[in-house]
Formats: sequence, C-alpha cells, structure tokens
Amino acid sequence: MTSPTEQLAEQLSATTLLRFATAGSVDDGKSTLVGRLLHDSKSVLADQLEAVEHASRSRGQETPDLALLTDGLRAEREQGITIDVAYRYFATPRRRFILADTPGHVQYTRNMVTGASTAELAVVLVDARNGVVEQTRRHAAVAALLRVPHVVLAVNKMDLVDYAEPVFAKIAEEFTAYAASLGVPEITAIPISALAGDNVVDPSANMDWYGGPTVLEHLETVPVSHDLTTCHARLPVQYVIRPQTAEHPDYRGYAGQIAAGTFRVGESVTVLPSGRTSKVSGIDLLGRSVDVAWTPQSVTLLLEDDIDVSRGDLIVPSDDAPATTQDVEATVCHVADEPLTVGQRVLLKHTTRTVKAIVKEIPSRLTLDDLSQHPEPGRLVANDIGRVKVRTAEPLALDSYAHSRRTGSFLLIDPADGTTLAAGMAGDAFAAEDTPTTVDDEGWDF
Amino acid sequence: MTTVATVHEGTDSPYALSHLDALESEAVHIFREVAGEFERPVILFSGGKDSIVMLHLALKAFAPAPVPFSLLHVDTGHNFPEVLEYRDRTVARHGLRLHVASVQEYIDAGKLRERPDGTRNPLQTVPLTEAIQQHRFDAVFGGGRRDEEKARAKERVFSLRDEFSQWDPRRQRPELWQLYNGRHAPGEHVRVFPLSNWTELDVWQYIQREEIELPQIYFAHEREVFKRSGMWLTAGEWGGPKDTETTEKRLVRYRTVGDMSCTGAVDSDATTLAAVITEIAASRLTERGATRADDKLSEAAMEDRKREGYF
Repeated sequence: MTSPTEQLAEQLSATTLLRFATAGSVDDGKSTLVGRLLHDSKSVLADQLEAVEHASRSRGQETPDLALLTDGLRAEREQGITIDVAYRYFATPRRRFILADTPGHVQYTRNMVTGASTAELAVVLVDARNGVVEQTRRHAAVAALLRVPHVVLAVNKMDLVDYAEPVFAKIAEEFTAYAASLGVPEITAIPISALAGDNVVDPSANMDWYGGPTVLEHLETVPVSHDLTTCHARLPVQYVIRPQTAEHPDYRGYAGQIAAGTFRVGESVTVLPSGRTSKVSGIDLLGRSVDVAWTPQSVTLLLEDDIDVSRGDLIVPSDDAPATTQDVEATVCHVADEPLTVGQRVLLKHTTRTVKAIVKEIPSRLTLDDLSQHPEPGRLVANDIGRVKVRTAEPLALDSYAHSRRTGSFLLIDPADGTTLAAGMAGDAFAAEDTPTTVDDEGWDF
Repeated sequence: MTTVATVHEGTDSPYALSHLDALESEAVHIFREVAGEFERPVILFSGGKDSIVMLHLALKAFAPAPVPFSLLHVDTGHNFPEVLEYRDRTVARHGLRLHVASVQEYIDAGKLRERPDGTRNPLQTVPLTEAIQQHRFDAVFGGGRRDEEKARAKERVFSLRDEFSQWDPRRQRPELWQLYNGRHAPGEHVRVFPLSNWTELDVWQYIQREEIELPQIYFAHEREVFKRSGMWLTAGEWGGPKDTETTEKRLVRYRTVGDMSCTGAVDSDATTLAAVITEIAASRLTERGATRADDKLSEAAMEDRKREGYF
C-alpha cells in the first residue's frame, strides 16, 4: 500500500502519453465504460461529480448517470446522445491519457476515422449477449484502415451472461480471426462489465478464469513508440526561420515537426519535390542544439548549402527518398455532407503542402459490413469509404500510409468554402493486402 | 554548443518523448502552421498562466527570430494591477506589439451596459469580436484547454468562426491526423488553441520545468477578500463588498486569472511552484469549479458564451 504522498509523487512523475479512441454502438455501454475509467481512476473531481449528481437527480434518476460526464453540449444532454468527438484527459501514476471519445451514432464512420487518426490504440466494445455483429466488424475495419497499432476488444456486460468464460472465448476468437485477416497487428481481448466495474480499473472477482490485464492496466503498459531505426525519415518544412538580425544575420532554418524516423547532423539530405541535395549542418531542438532528433519532435534543421527550400517541401535522407507523383491512388473516407464526384476539382493538403487536384476516378466503394467492393459508384456520400484516383497540379512526395501515417495521409478540401471533404490514405487499404515483395512500390508507383 | 539527445528513463523506448515534450512539440507545430498559412494572426494575452505558457511556446517556436504575431488583450477594466504590470513588462521585454480592447471604453461610450451582477466577463465578447474585425485578424490564438470545461472538450484545435465570431458545435470540421484545415472566407477567422491537449497540471509542470515567471497573485499572499456566492473575491472599486458583505484578511492565491468580479481566490499557503503543483495534484476541485463564478450561471454557460464569440 502506498501513502497518498507517495501516490502523488508517482503521479507527478508519470512520463509518457498514450492517445487512444473508443468505438462502440449506442447500447454497448461506451459512455459507461468511459465514465467508469474516469471515475475509478479518480480523474473525476468533486465539483464535476456533484454537477452530474445534480443533473441526474433533476432528471429523476436515482444513481448518478456517468454518461453525463461526457456529454458536453446542450443538444447532447437534451437528446441523451453524443453528437461529436470529444477529447478527455486523465492520468495514472504510470501514464497520461488523451481519449478521443467517439460517438457510436449515425455518423459513426467519419467520427471514428477522426478519433482513430491520431490514436495509437482503439477500444472496440461488444455486448457479450450479442457477440460480434456488423457494427463490430465495421469498427474493426476502420481501425485496420487507419492502421491503429493496437486494438482492444472489450467484451462488455459479462454480468448479464453469468460471467461465463465460453461466451467470452467464442467472441474473442471470432473477433481476433476477423481483425487479423484485415492485418490488425495486435489484438487484446478483455472481458468486462463497465456497469459493475469488472476488469475496467480493478480486476474482477467474478472472472477467476481470466488471467490477463484490466483495461486500464493494458492502457498503462502498451508500448507507445516503435523502433524508429527502421522508419523512413521525413521532415515536412512548415516555416523558414530567418531572423535577419545583427545577432543572427545569416541564420536560415527549416522548421517542422519530424513526421517519421530520425535525423542526424552530417547526414546527406534531399529536398523534395525539387530534388536538391545538401547536408544537415545543425539541428535546433527548441532552443538547444542536438546531434540527433526524431519523431514527433518539433525542430529546426540547418543545411550546409544555401539552397531554395520553402514551406511545403519535404526533407528526406538522400538514400531513402520517396518518388514524387502527380497521380495519387488512395482510400478515402468521405466526411462532408455534400458528395464527392468524379471530375470534381478539389484541394489536396498533404503534410504542409496544399495543391490543386481533380478527382479522376472512383473505382470502388467499400461495404464495411462484409468488406465487399461496389465497383464504379460514381460518387461517395457522407461516411462512405472508397478508392479514388486523384491527379494533382504539382508533384507530391507521398509515402504509402502503411509506411507512415503522417506522410501517407492527406485531406481533400472544397476550394470554394474550405470544407474538409475527405480523409485520404495513400496506397493499399488493408495491411492484409500488402505483400512483402510489392509493398515498397505500392505507395507511388501507379 | 552541442549536447547529446536526452534519453528518458522509465519509458518504453529511448525514442519515447516525455508527456511534456510531446505536448510542447505539438503546440509548436500548431504555432508554425498558423505562421505558415495565415496573414494576420494574433495571440490573446491576458497575463494569465495559460497565455503566458502560449507566449513562451511561441518564443521557442520561432527562435532565434522574434515571434511573428502581435498580442491582443481584452481589458475588462477590473483586472488585477499585478497582472497588468506583468503584461506590460513582458510586452516590453520581448519587443512585442500589444493591442488592447477595453470593456470600460465600451461602457463609457454607451455601447455596452453594466450587468446587474457586476460581472464583466460576458461583456468581453463584443470588444473582442470588434477588435478582430477592425484589425482583420484571421487567426486568433487562445489559451483554452479541453480539460477546463465540458463544452471546451468538444472544441477543435483550429475552430472556424463566422463573421460574427460565432461557434457552431454542430458544424465543426473533423480534425484528422495533424492536418489542420485553416481555410476560411473573407471576414471569417479561425480560433486556434495550441494548449488543447494540456491539463492544468501539465501547464504547471511545464512552468516549473521551463522556469517561467508568473504574476505573484498565483502564489499565496495575504489579501483583503470577502465572500460572495461561496467564493473569496478581492475587495475593490469594481463593486465589492456590498452592505451585507464583510472583508477579512486571508492567506490566499489564485488558480486562474480573470476579471476581479468573477475570479475567486483559494485558501492556500503555497508560495513556491513545487507547493502549488502539490496542491493542484491533490485538489478535488477543478480549476473553474473552484474559482469561476461565470461558469456557474447555467449548465451550458460556457457553450452559450462560446456560441456568441467568446474564446
């Protein structure tokens, strides 16, 4: 048992940050799970709980409705539904968490895509009584498309199936087989009851047969970064820093957040799309000079030669440069209310570069429920996921999304009013489609 | 001088960033995106801890060049003198340009009317939105954090506002990856929140790590206060105490800095950053729940003010 002071010291020393997203349909108990995580990890403060108790009472409910903790908008409270993605924050002695709380309602796909785009882990909720249903497959497919590195299957409402192991085992097996076929790299299945609190924060006394971690324990221990030595290094140039002051008359630095991999002083680099080359002469890490920097650090690179580099350029190691292309083939999730059509003129935002583009073809639309392809749909409407071919006005140095979530992703934007139309992922849709012999070409060799 | 890259102990890999480094890197990325894409950005600067951290991050983001933005302060006329002094000193030290939109001037000109409860916080919206229109600012940085309040939890990092500065929570753009979409029509602008993902504790830990100076009212000191609606307010010409209220001298500090008429002090003996952090980490009350009267006006007070153009 640790004392409150020791707990406090531990909490303050928590070092890493995990971003994760939840997915679940309306009655799976997602809000209860989120409320339970916040409540049992003691992340709900007294005045917030008091507000929830007050609101629950005034609605005639006897126990505090933990879902009210997460429904922030007037319309959400009025209708008792979650309209939009919300972000929540909590901490344990071991880690800080940013939770993208995505609604399971009608607009599920674009909301889950939004939440999953920055997540390193997704929690997919299933009702133990219903098992793997269409909605579960949809959530698994979105997590696979977005290449979320870790997926947790939370089999909820175990209290309503007598905490029976065979029920859990069957669902876990079916889900794992399905998700693995989509190329989801890591799946952890956990039997829980969000309402009763089993295996969410505290281990359940009702399921002795389960030997794995609780949801929170898993969130605290899952690795948050990958082996960067195998990643392709990429620095999208955001801004050129030129003080032109007496103190720094010749300083010319290329500021940006390293999107993937590592950069070292002395390394030969190429600037895309121009193809000019130089060497890294220095790296400024927000005020101090370093020899090496890695993703996702925000840095300023200094180059040996005075070459033309501006916002929108991509700095890469000379021996590991992606090809540039004006023909992008990608999977997109359409997020706007107006449809996306063949022949439409759009803007494409990739890293720090925004270029004019035209939708040349929509070869297929994906049916998430059974992953079948509907050929030549002609257009995509809100929440549709489909393959598109886009021709850009200028060459882009685009990676395959499978290699880099950051340099393989892009937005399609309506040039007339700035609406975000679609979220794009270059290259193959699912990891399972990547084959080792072709993976290096798939991103740009169309 | 060249130093070797820091390896953080106790994390999963030598390449894992500490949570403060990750938040700092993300905020710097947001500042640089705005500098790269907008014509006339401005930082809302009140002299409160969140805006002080914002300015510190902006200074780091563009070093060794100066911050390419000016500052805007909406002065309610009921600000703490220590905070105004801090504001002016900071502006001078970094050679920044400060715009001030004054609520008092609006009241004196008959363009705004004092509220019966004396709270001036909601009155800030009109001077703020008019200053944005007048200076044609197209990006306005705010220190708002999503952990502050449930309506703010729904706020985007880049939040599009119409020509009336209004926020429509049902028509927000999805925010995907780190690809912030700042496109807007003439007259519209974008509110930008680089501290979206920070919590109150993160802000304090960062202030400690970076050794950032704060106005002294954030630390425990003796002050003449009186109780109104369960909060300790500073006595002053702004309208307190009234007949039935009595002042007393207490050892207090502030968790937030806003208008004197609605920002409450908390009892505290924390005189150092370390003591403040210990106190915050152990507190069972949120920052706003403990010290902000204006958020208690109704269940959707913040949402309603944000819809009207508040930050």
